[in-house]
Amino acid sequence: MESNQSTGKKILVLFFHPRYEDSHANQVLADTALSLQGVRFRDLYEIYPDFNIDIRKEQECLLSHDIIIWQHPFFWYSCPPLMKQWIDLVLEYGWAYGKSGDKLSGKSILQVITSAGTFEVYQPGGRNRFTYRTLLSPFDQTVHLCKMHYLPPFIVPGAPRMSAEQLNRYAEQYGKILQGLQQEKWTMEQLKAAEYFNQINF
Amino acid sequence: MAGSMLQNAVIFLGAALICVPLSKKLGIGSVLGYLLAGILIGPFVLGFIKQEGEDIMHAAEFGVVMMLFLIGLELNPQSFWNMRKSILGMGLSQMLATSLLIFSLFYFFMDNSIEASIATSLSLAMSSTAIALQTLKEKGLSNTQAGKSSFAVLLLQDIAVIPILAILPLMAVVGKAEAAEHHNFITDLPTHYATLVILAAVGLIFLAGRYLVNPFLRLIARVHMRELFTASALFIVVGVAWLMEQVGLSAALGTFMAGVLLANSEYRHELESDIEPFKGLLLGLFFIAVGSTINFTLILESPARIFSLVLIIMTIKAAVLAGIGKVFKLKIDQNILFALLLSQVGEFAFVLLASTRQMGILEKSQSDYLMAVVTISMILSPLFLFINEKFIAPYLGVKEAAAQKEADTIDEQQGVIIAGFGHFGSTVGRFLRANGVKATILDNDSDRVDLLRKMGFKVFYGDATRVDLLESAGAGKARLLISAIDDPQRNMELVDVLKKHFPNLQIFMRAKNRYDAYEMIDKGISRIYRESLHSSVYLGVDVLHELGQRKYTATRKAMDFIRYDQEALEKLSRERHEKDRYILSVKNEIELQERLLSEDQLFSDLRSDSAWDGERRKEGL
Repeated sequence: MESNQSTGKKILVLFFHPRYEDSHANQVLADTALSLQGVRFRDLYEIYPDFNIDIRKEQECLLSHDIIIWQHPFFWYSCPPLMKQWIDLVLEYGWAYGKSGDKLSGKSILQVITSAGTFEVYQPGGRNRFTYRTLLSPFDQTVHLCKMHYLPPFIVPGAPRMSAEQLNRYAEQYGKILQGLQQEKWTMEQLKAAEYFNQINF
Repeated sequence: MAGSMLQNAVIFLGAALICVPLSKKLGIGSVLGYLLAGILIGPFVLGFIKQEGEDIMHAAEFGVVMMLFLIGLELNPQSFWNMRKSILGMGLSQMLATSLLIFSLFYFFMDNSIEASIATSLSLAMSSTAIALQTLKEKGLSNTQAGKSSFAVLLLQDIAVIPILAILPLMAVVGKAEAAEHHNFITDLPTHYATLVILAAVGLIFLAGRYLVNPFLRLIARVHMRELFTASALFIVVGVAWLMEQVGLSAALGTFMAGVLLANSEYRHELESDIEPFKGLLLGLFFIAVGSTINFTLILESPARIFSLVLIIMTIKAAVLAGIGKVFKLKIDQNILFALLLSQVGEFAFVLLASTRQMGILEKSQSDYLMAVVTISMILSPLFLFINEKFIAPYLGVKEAAAQKEADTIDEQQGVIIAGFGHFGSTVGRFLRANGVKATILDNDSDRVDLLRKMGFKVFYGDATRVDLLESAGAGKARLLISAIDDPQRNMELVDVLKKHFPNLQIFMRAKNRYDAYEMIDKGISRIYRESLHSSVYLGVDVLHELGQRKYTATRKAMDFIRYDQEALEKLSRERHEKDRYILSVKNEIELQERLLSEDQLFSDLRSDSAWDGERRKEGL
């Protein structure tokens, strides 16, 4: 499950889903991540069912990787509670941010999000009124505060109603994203210019 | 071949070392193994031991005394008091009914004198504490209905020895001077003083047990010499036994009382572990001696007569017991066990028969004859118990299970077995069941088994360490087994059996405490659940809350502590091997505790994170 002999950037997938067994979309995506060499996949609801996150261990884990993926469903326009707990506990003051808090500086974070809604719904005038990017700005800022790069998020929209082929296409894209990041296929400028990873050419 | 003491020791120990493991392997229990060893080395087979067998037997009877002390230790005064009804009800009716029937047999059908019949009937009404309790303990049945009932009956028999010994001299045909075999302090006193002395002795034990022994043991423990503690334990037992003998009471009863009084002592476990090996050895010696004293010449002269008498007497005893069991509403299989457990004539009969002979109530030939009957019954009863366990009890258990065939096939797919369904096992089982996992349950309490079957559980009745029972419960196909047996030793035995016969089965183990957990780690078990961990830590959470801490903060600390404690467990378990040999010794237990406490210091140093801590951030700004 955790193979680390990589060429290129080291990738850590932090996966959060309180009902993983019922999320077909996340299973397919997770399988993709698990199948890749040099990608470490951590299923945090499985590791910390009691929300008692081992802070030191998580920090060590972050230090030994270059790119961190937050893979999670878009619950209530945000992340599942364990992920917020993780952010609260692991990104410590004096370590990740604040005075002499620069341990994560220069790393990148990518959010990979499964959503019930679509881009059409997530826009001004749509039912959800705000874009994904707007709603994700707290995460963007969190990453920024920790002196890391916030990569354009990869959205899997309409995940619950998606057909198997569609889902496989997204999984394939996910795999390409991970491999591309591993091999530094894109420059930071290219990445930051895009609003969503969905728009980037791979 | 009357050898030296060393030679005798070699013969006894050697015979035991060969026969007992063999009989255990055959599943017939250690008691029968010892008896067979005795027969083997006795005058009629190999002839290593001749007449001295009888003397050794009398010396080894002290094992019974020690056993009762140990039983007392496990029974505090409160639970003893709770048993008074069954002791009086079951015990007294067993004594009276059995001796009445045996009396009729001897008086009306065998033309014995009225005195001889009374003496014989009282002697033969006794059952063997040694065999019954040893068997119960070995099979882990002490807490079943049958076990508790047997214990109550045996206890009353022990008490009854006192008045019986007092009555016998009254019937003596020869002069009183000869009758005073036990020449003790009490016989020299007038009767009303005697009562007073007895009361004083009992009072002395009571007061000493309550107020003297604990401070005394504390003093001894502080010297940190293990053998001194052992000496103190032996001193207590031997002292009480001696005192009781001086005033003419049963030593077994006296030490039992002393045990009950010390049941709440903080040194209970040390006393137990100190006396235990002596008891085991002496009891073994006693059984061997019994085996070696069997007079085969006598038996061979009239085998039919002797064996039919044995069978008649055992039948009477078993029938009376079964009747009592019925009145006291024991379940059928428990009742059979109860009746068989106590159907033999016990070691007290040797004492009683010997004194009746000395008093001239019985002639030597008669008493030899009866002694042979007693011994044969002692040999037969473990055999009957074995037959019951193998062929009767399983049948009684399986009969009711046959109706639920359909449910069985579903259960096997889940493949979860729970061994032991007491407080611990039942909580696990209920939780699993509430989540749709139907575990197969192994339990040796038939009342509970009945209830569980009524509730639709799939239950196998019997000793969970039996390979055949495990096999039929599906251990070969199951995924995992939860070992939730209360008795740590049996829990450990189960692990050995599982590792040997079902190596692919995952084991989830209940552990009483960290010391048991250490042993389990040594055996290569990784999933260990200590009873004393979660509930105590969460009690601590509520205390912190009561003292003003916020619940969530305290709960996070608790979870950290549990994680830390697991790590410490593994760490100390490794370190343990470098130093200690006597894990259970007082000194080392304290040493381990000390190491644990100093380890805890690291925990408090390490575990302060800055989660949600606004103060630290303000300082930084």
